[in-house]
Amino acid sequence: MSSTTLQHLANGVSLGSLYALVAIGYTMVYGILRMINFAHGDIFMMAAYFAFFGIATFRVPWPFAFIGVILATALLGMLVERSAYRPLRDAPKNSILISAIGVSFLLENLANYLFSGKPKAFPEITFFANTVVIGGVSIQVITFFIPAVTMIILAILLYIINRTKLGMAMRAVSKDYETAMVMGIDINKVIAATFAIGSGLAAMGAIMWGIKYPQVQPMMGVMPGLKCFIAAVIGGIGNIKGAVIGGFILGLGEILLVAKLSSLTGYRDAFAFILLILILIFRPTGILGEKTTEKV
Amino acid sequence: MLRIENLTVAYGGIEALKGITLEVPEGNIVTLIGANGAGKSTTLRSIMGLVKSRSGKVMYQGEEITGMKTSEIVAKGITLVPEGRRVFPNLSVVENLMIGAYLRTDREEIQKDIQWVYDLFPRLRERSWQMAGTLSGGEQQMLAVGRALMSRPKIMMMDEPSLGLAPLVVKHIFSIIKEIRDRGVTILLIEQNANVALHIADWGYVLETGNIVLSGKGRELLENEEVKSAYLGKKKEKAK
Ligand SMILES: Nc1ncnc2c1ncn2[C@@H]1O[C@H](COP(=O)(O)OP(=O)(O)OP(=O)(O)O)[C@@H](O)[C@H]1O
Ligand SMILES: [Mg+2]
Repeated sequence: MSSTTLQHLANGVSLGSLYALVAIGYTMVYGILRMINFAHGDIFMMAAYFAFFGIATFRVPWPFAFIGVILATALLGMLVERSAYRPLRDAPKNSILISAIGVSFLLENLANYLFSGKPKAFPEITFFANTVVIGGVSIQVITFFIPAVTMIILAILLYIINRTKLGMAMRAVSKDYETAMVMGIDINKVIAATFAIGSGLAAMGAIMWGIKYPQVQPMMGVMPGLKCFIAAVIGGIGNIKGAVIGGFILGLGEILLVAKLSSLTGYRDAFAFILLILILIFRPTGILGEKTTEKV
Repeated sequence: MLRIENLTVAYGGIEALKGITLEVPEGNIVTLIGANGAGKSTTLRSIMGLVKSRSGKVMYQGEEITGMKTSEIVAKGITLVPEGRRVFPNLSVVENLMIGAYLRTDREEIQKDIQWVYDLFPRLRERSWQMAGTLSGGEQQMLAVGRALMSRPKIMMMDEPSLGLAPLVVKHIFSIIKEIRDRGVTILLIEQNANVALHIADWGYVLETGNIVLSGKGRELLENEEVKSAYLGKKKEKAK
């Protein structure tokens, strides 16, 4: 394998991991509420700002700043659910979708108003910027760090969902609210936990995104948000492993497209949408999606 | 043990229950029979706090539980085997049982109770790791009953457990219901299959479009002319 191919693969895997982290949030929320959380990309954006302020403005050492950002973003996700989605839970599905779009605009404009539309430079963290040389190619630490963290997170998440009481409750609530309540499950808590986890993962994605593409601005969540939603659909929305697979397909595909067919570089973003159209035509349930009739 | 006083429930503007009063004494099997749409499921759902009542009270062990959260009601020892079983299809058999014990924390006792449910329904033991969605209808009903028992209820409410089951399976489920009652669990049983229900019930109520129109001892209702023609009619024709 040539050294540039290796470099491209490393980049693709690392971008794919970022997509995967954010895609999981879409898929988890869909699994439990049967709705697309259009504000998810903007929660990602807010997390990038939190990280920027934590490190650049308040000069918190980065490991602590990251933990703080993840917690704050999880809280933000819970706040959005509590105020904009929960009151509409028994309303028609369209109302809650429109509410999500509203939250998305609200967060974008809030960021624009509070932080100004001018892009801010994400602070450089020496640890991640260091490079290591492997097989003649020098690769940044962050490029390895992203997939490694993603794999660990994924393992923990699958453990929570398949082996813990909370995970069992989440699976039950995702199928049948009323019967879950009859078991004594407080579904509000379970849904809040889902938003906290999804938003926390988006925060991790945002932090690593900021390190790799060091620019923070109010609309930065829009395109990654759309792509990660597409990744979730490709993998089979509602399925966590599917979201990860979708994220990798998208990330690797995008990087390899740019690398191997450089004349198509301008179509980089279109790639995701073309893939979406293809999957919707040939396998509407996505790669790992279950065949259900009741999905809206 | 459980008393419903003048309960009224409305969906939108339409009253599904028009002020019903009924009582379930401790240790009894009480049945509520009625035709489709009479309001049977609504009665159970409002006891569980799943639908809000417009007026009236639900009293449990001398305490008013109207308006409490479902999880609080479950914690007090009331459980429901829902209409149409509603097992969690994406959970295994053993997970469905564990989730029935969601509010309990006594791990060892939970394990013992799982074994007890498996003794009641050996079919479930063989299928412990099977996804509940792939069980047959009868097995799902067994699982729904087992899952309800896992909360160690003081009173178990069952919504049409015989629905869509073969006579042999119905017989099995009903023998288990008696066994559960003999272990001290009070039962409120809803049925359209009036014949089977009235045979095992200590007391029965007949619900008609949101009103209780008749009540009496199970055996007496079996002999009642109105009940015979309205609810046991089919059975008589068959016997001919
Ligand atoms: N969620 C709801 N919204 C509106 N109306 C409802 C709802 N649930 C029940 N109803 C109405 O309330 C009435 C009583 O329904 P309920 O389900 O309690 O009947 P049931 O006696 O259990 O009937 P079945 O034997 O068919 O299960 C029916 O007329 C039904 O259409
Ligand atoms: Mg019913």
